[in-house]
Amino acid sequence: MNEAIKLTYHISGDDFTRAGEASSDVKKKLKTMGVNPVAVRKVAISMYEGEINMVIHANGGVIDVILTPTEITMVLKDHGPGIADVDLAMQAGYSTAPDKVRALGFGAGMGLPNMKKYSDSMKIETAVNVGTTVTMVVKL
Amino acid sequence: MGNFFTAVRLQENLCVGCINCIKRCPTEAIRVRNGKAMIKKEFCIDCGECIRICKHHAKKAVYDSLGELQRFQYTIALPAPSLYAQMNNLEDVNIVLNALKRMGFDDVYEVSGAAEVLSSYSRVYVEQHKEKWPIISTACPSITRLIRVRFPNLLEHLLPLKPPIDIAALVARKEAMQKTGLRSDQIGIFFISPCPAKVTAVRYPLGYEHSEVDGVLAIKEVYPILIKCMKEVADEDELDDLVTGGKIGISWGSSGGEASGLLTDSYLAADGIEHVIRVLEDMEDQKFSNLEFIELNACSGGCVGGVLTVENPYVARVKLKRLRKYMPVARNHTTIEEKDLLWDNEVEYEPVFTLGENMSQSISMMAKMEELLESFPGLDCGSCGAPTCKALAEDIVRGAAKETDCIHIFREKMIRLSSELGEENL
Repeated sequence: MNEAIKLTYHISGDDFTRAGEASSDVKKKLKTMGVNPVAVRKVAISMYEGEINMVIHANGGVIDVILTPTEITMVLKDHGPGIADVDLAMQAGYSTAPDKVRALGFGAGMGLPNMKKYSDSMKIETAVNVGTTVTMVVKL
Repeated sequence: MGNFFTAVRLQENLCVGCINCIKRCPTEAIRVRNGKAMIKKEFCIDCGECIRICKHHAKKAVYDSLGELQRFQYTIALPAPSLYAQMNNLEDVNIVLNALKRMGFDDVYEVSGAAEVLSSYSRVYVEQHKEKWPIISTACPSITRLIRVRFPNLLEHLLPLKPPIDIAALVARKEAMQKTGLRSDQIGIFFISPCPAKVTAVRYPLGYEHSEVDGVLAIKEVYPILIKCMKEVADEDELDDLVTGGKIGISWGSSGGEASGLLTDSYLAADGIEHVIRVLEDMEDQKFSNLEFIELNACSGGCVGGVLTVENPYVARVKLKRLRKYMPVARNHTTIEEKDLLWDNEVEYEPVFTLGENMSQSISMMAKMEELLESFPGLDCGSCGAPTCKALAEDIVRGAAKETDCIHIFREKMIRLSSELGEENL
């Protein structure tokens, strides 16, 4: 019996009509697998925020979701501009989103704070002009 | 597990085993097996989409016949607001109401009148329960059923009030008992419905134990008889004044009507099951802010779009608008005790779509599904009887189908077999 499953999603950059497809697919799968509703909500919201960030800031990237009977790990890896000041980026309301993105209703500066709020642990590895990898875990 | 019932039935002799219904079903509740469509009742939410799409009229709704009236000594009709929207050039609702009596009902109580009572109580409820914002309407039974099986995180947002037909039945029964001195079981209350979802809602209500409605009739069956009676009644000089609903009540018949009765601008109204599902998905991801109320209707246009109606839903909507133009805003000021309006119990999550019995098993089944999906062509052709390749993969891991149900896999297997045989013969 498999004790883990990995789902991989390639996120295309700059296409807002598709942003959220990956997190929506994960949400559907988690529900089918009988994951408790609270955890489903935490994963759906934190992953959606991360996915949107990849589209807005990093021209897309790759998301790996690893499911085990005890936890769900989301690894979001991009080769975008990196985050110069992580502490500043973590502040609610801080945003570097361009105007065209704000015009679509995104870029409120709640992305990273929400990802932290809705995951049980979050780790950010980032280097300017190299990229960012965010790892979030939701316990079951 | 709760009660599961569906008001949609298959007429096997008419089903040709095509893929139209399996493709249209929003909950993927239908499969074609042995050339016939089968509905999984746990998945069905009575939205009526399969009835709408079937060219062969093989899907039909279950509802009561007019003969049921004979079971009772005194009968009361509860006309849905959408019934009025079927009529051409109707200026006075009293013509319909009097015609219903001519048809054989002893009395009439407008559902729109009860809807007004509910509107005024909902205003108070929404205002007093900010922690539940946005509150989701429960008037459309298909939506409540959909949330029960698919959106557990949204159950706490449901408006825990009985629908207008139950309030109408409650008031009508009480009044009839006082007026006639008959026992409750001698009085039959019949809702004239635009949709089969109400049949299910009356037989197996969610949120309360028992419905006061004794039978559900279809608008499309009542309509031809009613039209004749309306012609007779219209020629009479004096009509009984039986109207209880005004603008607010009658507006419940089309999408946005219930929400506008709350007298707030912070609401969203969506109709058509696909749009509704999108709204629920987004709501679950907390993409809405500053909304007080969400009105959702499974049918396009709202109740006027129900599968048991006869008129085009958008034309029907225009007719409702014209009809209510000269009505007072609200007419019904009956007071009903809070306990009679509120649900008796909470609606619980029914995880009918869950794969395994525990997480390990589900993980294993999901892994197998992903593996199967890799081998399928991804055409979603429906030839296997499942709506998509993914649905077939799910059926296989559930033990309800096999890989060779996929005609593409089957063909490959045959080619391989025949070439192996060919080689042996060489």
